[in-house]
Amino acid sequence: MNKKKSILENNVLYTVISIIAGFIIGAIFLLIAGISPAVAYGKLLSSVFSRPKYLVWTLIYASPLIFTGLSVAFSFRTGVFNIGAEGQFVVGGLAACVLGIVLDLPVGIHAIVCLLGAAAAGAIWSLIVGLLKVKRGIHEVLSFIMFNWIAFYLSNYVVNLSAIHRESSEATKDVADSARILFPESIRGMLDCSAANWGIVLAVLAAIIVWVIIEKTTLGYQLKAVGFNNNGALYAGINADGSVLTALGISGALSGLGGAVQVLGMAGRLSQFASQEGYGFEGITVALVGSSNPIGCIFSGIFYGAMKYGGSKLSIVKAPSEVVDIIMGCVILFIAISQVFRILLQNFAKKKEGK
Amino acid sequence: MDVILKNLGLLINATLIATPPLLLAALGSCFSERSGVVNIGIEGMMTIGAFTGAVMGLYTGNGWLAFFCAGLAGAVFGLIHAVACISFHADQTIAGTAINFLGPGLAVFLCKAMFNNSSDTPAMAPSSKLPKLFEGVFPTGSFWNNVLNVYSVAYLVFVLAFVCWFVFYKTRFGAHLRAVGEHPEACESLGIDVYRVRYICVVLSGFMAGLGGAFVTLATINQFRPSIIVGQGFIAVAAVIFGKFSPEGATKACLLFGLCSGIKSLASQSNMISPNLISMIPYVVTILALVLFVGKAHTPAANGKIFVKSK
Repeated sequence: MNKKKSILENNVLYTVISIIAGFIIGAIFLLIAGISPAVAYGKLLSSVFSRPKYLVWTLIYASPLIFTGLSVAFSFRTGVFNIGAEGQFVVGGLAACVLGIVLDLPVGIHAIVCLLGAAAAGAIWSLIVGLLKVKRGIHEVLSFIMFNWIAFYLSNYVVNLSAIHRESSEATKDVADSARILFPESIRGMLDCSAANWGIVLAVLAAIIVWVIIEKTTLGYQLKAVGFNNNGALYAGINADGSVLTALGISGALSGLGGAVQVLGMAGRLSQFASQEGYGFEGITVALVGSSNPIGCIFSGIFYGAMKYGGSKLSIVKAPSEVVDIIMGCVILFIAISQVFRILLQNFAKKKEGK
Repeated sequence: MDVILKNLGLLINATLIATPPLLLAALGSCFSERSGVVNIGIEGMMTIGAFTGAVMGLYTGNGWLAFFCAGLAGAVFGLIHAVACISFHADQTIAGTAINFLGPGLAVFLCKAMFNNSSDTPAMAPSSKLPKLFEGVFPTGSFWNNVLNVYSVAYLVFVLAFVCWFVFYKTRFGAHLRAVGEHPEACESLGIDVYRVRYICVVLSGFMAGLGGAFVTLATINQFRPSIIVGQGFIAVAAVIFGKFSPEGATKACLLFGLCSGIKSLASQSNMISPNLISMIPYVVTILALVLFVGKAHTPAANGKIFVKSK
C-alpha cells in the first residue's frame, strides 16, 4: 500500500494528468471549430517525430525555453516571482547581439564573451528590480512589468541604430561567425539542420549547475530558507536582503543566457519586435510543468519546444496554431488546482485502505 | 498659438482615448486585489473582451449590446480565475498566468476558426460602434471638437470610476470587501461570507477587464487584431499597485499612463525623437515616480494568500 501512496504524492503523476486534460480541452475546441483533433494532433506528433531533423529542431526551440524555465524555477524556489524573465531574456539577447557584431575576437572566446555579457545584462536588469524592492520597498511584480517593456523598446531602439542595423530590413546585421554557437559544419550536415547549435548542451549544463546550487550548497540552502520563511531565516542569521538580491541576480542571468542562446544559436541576428516574444512567460509554464525542479525543467522545456515547433506546422492542416496556447493554458490551470485532486485521491486511497 | 492649442486639444483627446481601457481594467482589478485575490490575468481577460466585442458588433450591429457581451466574456474568465483561486486554492499568480495564455489563445483561435483562418476580424460598420456624444456639435478642427472627439462610453468610464469609489468607501459591500482582503478569518467570525465576497469581486474584475478590451475594438478601432491588446492588462495591474490598491489612486495612475501614451502618439507623428524611446516614457516615469514620491504600497494583508473556509 505504501507504494501506491508514494505514487499519489508524486508531482509527476499530476503533471501528466494535467497535460492529458489540457489535450482533451484542446480537442474539444478543435471539434467546436470543425477540425478533427486526430488530424491536428497527428500533425503535431508527426511534425516532431517523423524525421530526426525535426527532433533537432525541437531541441533548438527548447533551448531558450529551458533557460527561462530555469530562471523562473530558481526564483520560485527562493520565494520571489520572476515575472520579468521576459525583459531579462530580451536584454540578454540584445547584449549578445551587440557584442557579437561589434567585437572582433577569436572563435570560441568571442562566443564566451557574448554569453557572459548576456548573463551580466540579464542579472543587472533583474538586480535593479531587486534593489528597488529591498531599498525602496517597491513591489517587484510592478517593476518587473515595467522593466519588461523598457527592455522591449530599448531593444527595438538599439536594433535600429545605424551602427548595427542592416539597411532596408527590420533586423540587425548578422552576428560574426566567431560569436555563433553553431555545431561544426560536419555535424550540422549530418543532422541535416543548418541551425543546430550548442544551446541545448548549455541548457542541460545550466540545469545541472542550478540543481547543484539549490540542493547541494550552503548558498542554495540559505536562499531556500529565506524563500520559505523570511523571519525564520533572519532569526538564523541569514542576510535576507542579500539573499533576495543573489537569487534575483542568478535568475536574471539565466534568462539573459536564454536570450543569448536564441541570438547566437538559431537566429544569428536580432529582429525588431512587433510584440513581446513571450519566452519569459513561457518560462513560467516550463517551470510549473517541471515542478520548479531544474532537471524537470529540461524535460518540460523540451515538451514546450516540441509544442511550439509542432504548433508552427499546424497551419498546413488548417488548424489554428493557437490551440497550443489553449492546451498550455489549461495545463497550467490544472497544475495550479491539482492540490485539491491530490487530497481527494489520497482520501479515496485511505478509505479503500480502511476497508 | 493656434498650433499649441490644436496640439493641446489633440493631446487631451489622445489621453481620453488611451485611458478608458486601462481604467476599466484597473478599477475592476482594485475590487479583486482588495478582496485578497491577485489578478494578473487581466491581459487575457481584456483580449477575450476585445474579441467578443468585435464579433458581437459585427453580427448584431449594436455597439452597446456588443460592449455588454464583451463584459460577460471577461466575466467568464473571471469566474474561471475565481473558481481556481477561491474554491480550489490555486496559487493566484499561476492561475492568472494561465488566464493570460487562455484568453489571447482562445481569442485568436476562435477568430481563425470563424473568419477563414484570418487572425483579424473583418472591419465593422461605423454604425455598429459605440456612438460619439459630441459629434457635429463643435465645428471641425476647433479646439473642443479636437478634445471631445471620443466615443460617449469614454465619459461613462470616468463616471464609473466615481461609482467604484463610492461602492468602495460608502457602502456596506465596500467595507466588507476591504475587510476580507485584510483579515478574512476575522470577517468569517463576524458572519461575512468571505468566499461570496471574493467571488463577486473577481468576477466583477473579469467583467470590467472585458469591457476595457472591448473599448479598444468598439470605441477606438473597428476590428479585432491579435496586436491590439499588448500590455494594457499588465499596465492596468501596475496602475493598481501604483495607485495603492484604491480606485482613486488607480484612476490617477491610469490618467498618467494615458497621458504618456497620448504624448507618444502625438510625438511619433513628428519624427523628431525615436518612437521607441518615447514609448519607454510611461514605464520610466512610473519607476521614477515610485522611487521619488510614492514609495512603498500597503498591499492588502491577505492578498495572494489561500483562505480555507472553516466548516
